[in-house]
Amino acid sequence: MPTATTRAASSLASDPEEPPPRKLYRSADGRLLGGVARGLAGHLGLPVVWVRFVFLGLFFADGLGALLYAVFWIVVPLGVGGVEAPRSVFETAPDGRRRLRKPDKGQVFALVALLIGAMIFVGNVDMGGKADRYIWPTLLIGAGSVLVWRQADNARRARWMEVGRSRRVLQLARGLAGVALVGLGLAVFIVVRGSAAQLGNVLTAAIAVLTGIALLAGPYLVRMTQDLSEERLMRIRAQERAEVAAHVHDSVLHTLTLIQRNADDGGEVRRLARAQERELRNWLYNPEGTGKDEDDEPENLAEAVKRAAAEVEDKHGVPLEVVVVGDCPLDERLTAQMQAAREAMVNAAKYGGEGGAVQVYAEVEGRTVFVSVRDRGPGFDLDSVPGDRMGVRESIIGRMQRNGGTARLRSVPGGGTEVELEMERASE
Amino acid sequence: MTENTEATGGPERRVRVVLVDDHRMFRTGVQAEIGRTEETGVEVVGEAADVDQAVTVITATRPEVVLLDVHLPGGGGVEVLRRCASMMSAAENPVRFLALSVSDAAEDVIGVIRGGARGYVTKTITGTDLVDSVFRVQDGDAVFSPRLAGFVLDAFASTDAPPVDEDMDRLTQREREVLRLIARGYAYKEIAKQLFISVKTVESHVSAVLRKLQLSNRHELTRWATARRLV
Repeated sequence: MPTATTRAASSLASDPEEPPPRKLYRSADGRLLGGVARGLAGHLGLPVVWVRFVFLGLFFADGLGALLYAVFWIVVPLGVGGVEAPRSVFETAPDGRRRLRKPDKGQVFALVALLIGAMIFVGNVDMGGKADRYIWPTLLIGAGSVLVWRQADNARRARWMEVGRSRRVLQLARGLAGVALVGLGLAVFIVVRGSAAQLGNVLTAAIAVLTGIALLAGPYLVRMTQDLSEERLMRIRAQERAEVAAHVHDSVLHTLTLIQRNADDGGEVRRLARAQERELRNWLYNPEGTGKDEDDEPENLAEAVKRAAAEVEDKHGVPLEVVVVGDCPLDERLTAQMQAAREAMVNAAKYGGEGGAVQVYAEVEGRTVFVSVRDRGPGFDLDSVPGDRMGVRESIIGRMQRNGGTARLRSVPGGGTEVELEMERASE
Repeated sequence: MTENTEATGGPERRVRVVLVDDHRMFRTGVQAEIGRTEETGVEVVGEAADVDQAVTVITATRPEVVLLDVHLPGGGGVEVLRRCASMMSAAENPVRFLALSVSDAAEDVIGVIRGGARGYVTKTITGTDLVDSVFRVQDGDAVFSPRLAGFVLDAFASTDAPPVDEDMDRLTQREREVLRLIARGYAYKEIAKQLFISVKTVESHVSAVLRKLQLSNRHELTRWATARRLV
């Protein structure tokens, strides 16, 4: 089944270009607060703990650390990826595409506002005495803002990572808590500044003003949101078209050009066409493989079988037809089975390839994984294979037995060869 | 699949075929490959490039077999099958459909089979095998490519939930064995030898699977499709 096959994205064309510029992202994995320290550590190639200590140290310098942290939080976009290997942090943008995110105006504005706010705050604290009354409400508001800001991060993250239902309730609760904290802080401000008696009047006035603004600006706001979402939709469409065009250009056109140039070399043309067909097929029909790196190791059986078959096909120029029923994660035993299967495929392509396509069949049934590789070549007699030819005996039969599986070889002279590999999955 | 040629095919038998495909180049290619009536016994009586044309041509010529592409302008192969349903089930000279596609997306394959096609082969098939498949479909038999057999095995894979209709939603042990051998690339004759049954019995098993696929209530298939994010 074509379940988890990688989408081989434009591998042909991206080679000659230089790697994308290193970009700073906040880390979404294993972050404590905003992922700033982790992201920075990844970017600079330092241990996370160091960066955290620096921030902590700076915090005691009149709260400079906190300020810096907040600034980073606001300005730097959230990214994915492990932080241990620095490069994965920057190259992997949220949805697997390369992103050219420029700091937008809102963020710059927020940064400036925050700076001004912080300056006022620091100024007030320094005055001492009366200013103490403002510290607590300010801190309350600050804490509430942090909660809501982090909430926004999660909303963005949820778009490219599926978040479980149960977490959504938690998020809502956190958002509400943040709003409540900010509200409380503001209320305390009002109470502190004036007297509690005036609270009612102030609230009424505030509500009246807000209602007025809403009545006047409402229609414009609605229109603006609609226009914005429409524009966004158009942009997404245009982007997708561009991506399809780019892919077709990079892979299909490229291959067609190569085929024209090698028109006399039948074998090469067939190899190119087959490789391209496979790639395009994956791209068209297996959208769930989107965004996976082609280089990473397959995790599932189906993917491993297809990958091995594709490699053998490319190397030996013999078509392999792969049928996979069911799927399961690879474990140590199955990896050994895959190696044996790969060896069988190589043999089939080498010695039985002229009889037509090699049939590869893999099935997961309960705990048993069955793989058969069948060619329609001349076949051979296992007993007559000289003892120094270790390919079949060691790489296939021996490997299967060492790992607790069985291998059967059936060969009819003139009727092709079939290798059957059976393995129990390791218990969980 | 070639081994049946001498039994069923040969120039002494004739089959009238309509080609439905929106690529003219491909129609020309198939025509050149199988349309040499004297040698293959296949007579291409009509061609069509979209759904409306297909329905008109099939109604006018009443072929025995239609080679039907899955992706077609105007609604695809499934739409042609829907509009030709009465001709498929006609008691006299029923029109049979063989899906011939470059797609190997499970939804396309299962879609046309459920729509009533008698089989599914990919466009990489050789001319001889295609001729053989056409004759087999003319006989009312089912034609499963290894890939289709894989899809079906996967779709009917045993699940925990009890099926609504036991007979329809399950494959028998034998049917499963036959499908598995097809998926492994065996020809009918080889399957018969392997399982110690006659080729006729193999054919009847395959036809039974096809019937189940077309008629079974959607329970298992829907779950299968959902698991693959096809619906």
